[in-house]
Amino acid sequence: MLWMYAKVFLVGGFICLLGQLLIIKTNITSSRILVLFVCIGAVLEGLGLYQPIIDWAGAGATVPIVGFGRSLAKGAIEAVREQGLLGVFTGGLTATSGGIAAAVVFAFIMALIFNSKTKKF
Amino acid sequence: MDIEERNKKYNEYVQAKIPKTKNFPTLIYAFVVGGLICCIGQGIMDLLMLIFPTMSVESATAWMLIVIIFVASLLTGLGIYDRIGVFAGAGSIVPITGFSNSITSPAVEFKREGIIFGLCAKMFTVAGPVIVNGVAVSIVIGLIYLFL
Repeated sequence: MLWMYAKVFLVGGFICLLGQLLIIKTNITSSRILVLFVCIGAVLEGLGLYQPIIDWAGAGATVPIVGFGRSLAKGAIEAVREQGLLGVFTGGLTATSGGIAAAVVFAFIMALIFNSKTKKF
Repeated sequence: MDIEERNKKYNEYVQAKIPKTKNFPTLIYAFVVGGLICCIGQGIMDLLMLIFPTMSVESATAWMLIVIIFVASLLTGLGIYDRIGVFAGAGSIVPITGFSNSITSPAVEFKREGIIFGLCAKMFTVAGPVIVNGVAVSIVIGLIYLFL
C-alpha cells in the first residue's frame, strides 16, 4: 500500500521535474509544455509503451497531462478496431470527453461565481 | 555607436534584468508538488474503489480526474492555485489540475469583457492549442492503426 503511493509520488514527481527542467533550460511557456507533453503521451500510447507505466504507477501516470494524451490515443486506437475509419474521428475526443467537459463546465461556473483577484506577486 | 555594439549592450542589459530563477530548488519543489498531486489522485481513486467495489479501474480513474479538475478549478477561482504555481512551477502545470487551471484562469480573468466574447471565447487561450494538437496526433495514430 505504502509502496504504491511511493511509486505514484516518484513517477508523478519525475514527470513534473522533466517539465520544470524544460522551463529552466529553454524558457519554454507553460502552454507549449502542455502541448508537448500531450503529444508525447499520445505517441507513447501509440507505441504501446505507456500502459506498462500506468500498471506500475497508477495515478502517478494518469494525473499528469501526459495521461490526457494517452487517453486521446487509446480512444482513437480502440474506436478504430471497433468502427474502422469513423473511429479515427470519434475515438480521441470520446475517451477524453469527461475531462474536457468537466474542465469547461467547472471553469464556467467558477468564472460566474468569482471575480479575478488583483495579482499581488 | 555602431549597431553591433549597441545590440551587445542591450543583450547584456536584458540578461541583467531577466528574473533569475534559482534552478535547483525549483526542481525539488516541482517534483514534490507534482508527486503530491498525483498521490492525492491515487487516494481519491482508492477511496472511490473502496466505496464502490464494483467500479473498474478505468471508471475510477475517470471519476478521480473529474474530482481533481473540480478541486483545481475551485482553488483557481479562490486564487489559491496561482499561489501554489508561483513556487511549484511545472509541478502545478503538468498535472491535469494545471489544465483545469489554464481554462478557469482566463475564464475568470476575462469575465469583465462579457460572457460570450470574454469568458467563453478566452477560456481556451491555453487549452485550445492542447486540444487541437492532441486531437490531431490522435487522428494520425488512429489512421496508422487503421492501415496497420
